[in-house]
Amino acid sequence: MEELLSDYFPILVFLGIAIAVSALMIVGSMLVARQHPDSEKLSAYECGFEAFDDARSRFDVRFYLVTLLFIIFDLEVAFLFPWAVALGDIGLFGFWSMVIFLGILTIGFVYEWRKGALEWE
Amino acid sequence: MAFAGFMFYIFAAITVACAVMVVTSRNPVHSVLYLILAFFNAAGLFVLIGAEFLAMILVVVYVGAVAVLFLFVVMMLDVNFVELRKGVRNYVYIGAVIGGILFVELAMVATSWSLGPELASISLGPVVGEVHNTRSIGQVIYTDYIYLFQGAGMILLVAMVGAIVLTHRQRAGVKKQVIRDQVARSSKDEVTLVKVQPGDGA
Repeated sequence: MEELLSDYFPILVFLGIAIAVSALMIVGSMLVARQHPDSEKLSAYECGFEAFDDARSRFDVRFYLVTLLFIIFDLEVAFLFPWAVALGDIGLFGFWSMVIFLGILTIGFVYEWRKGALEWE
Repeated sequence: MAFAGFMFYIFAAITVACAVMVVTSRNPVHSVLYLILAFFNAAGLFVLIGAEFLAMILVVVYVGAVAVLFLFVVMMLDVNFVELRKGVRNYVYIGAVIGGILFVELAMVATSWSLGPELASISLGPVVGEVHNTRSIGQVIYTDYIYLFQGAGMILLVAMVGAIVLTHRQRAGVKKQVIRDQVARSSKDEVTLVKVQPGDGA
């Protein structure tokens, strides 16, 4: 346990450096730069006239579909990692267990391919 | 080990503070960003209890994919949140009652919880520290918990089919490249050689 945590100590050091550098940049520019605050500087700018509407508008649901399909195959890969590490311990049963799992997801993959969900048009 | 305890309190404090900000911040996009920070700190907590595989999966799946999905949903909703908050006074009492019931339930779980004595003998997980964390998950998940594992595969399949059925539709008037038709075309059908006499025109 102690050994495991000491392996992660460099990540903590990097995290500390990243936080320190970004804080230094923000605080430094606040201290060094001249400040002339103006409400117009922070307002939305659209080619010289007032912004017409909100930046958050409706967009195509297909982006959502792409993300959702990505998550599913992301999880599939996540399941593969411990399987690959422990393959020597779990034997043939564990191997075929994973093959069935992959087969189920391949059915879904063939379905989405045939449906044309992977194409953008 | 004292340093690990110190880090636990830092991670835990940031997680709780982020959770509060997720609920209270006015801009929903900021809420999602605070949620991502909460995920990162939860990953730190997982590392501290030795569950490094779960920590990495939390970062890869939740921060990398689920948070993006949340951002999409938040942006796609296009809801005026200021307008939504107008009716909050009408619902505050029933909300308080439901919240109170949930809180009492949680308090009862926390105070009267106890582990059955026979559970220790049927625990299938290997002892932490003897084998590598990722390996100890892999040793049980595909064999001892095969039904749950295959159930997870089925759930993913249903999610995939459901997402396609709900959101995918064929658009009319879209011209697609059909390579099969292109290859099948013959120059004999498409090209005609016309002998044009000088001065006659085509």
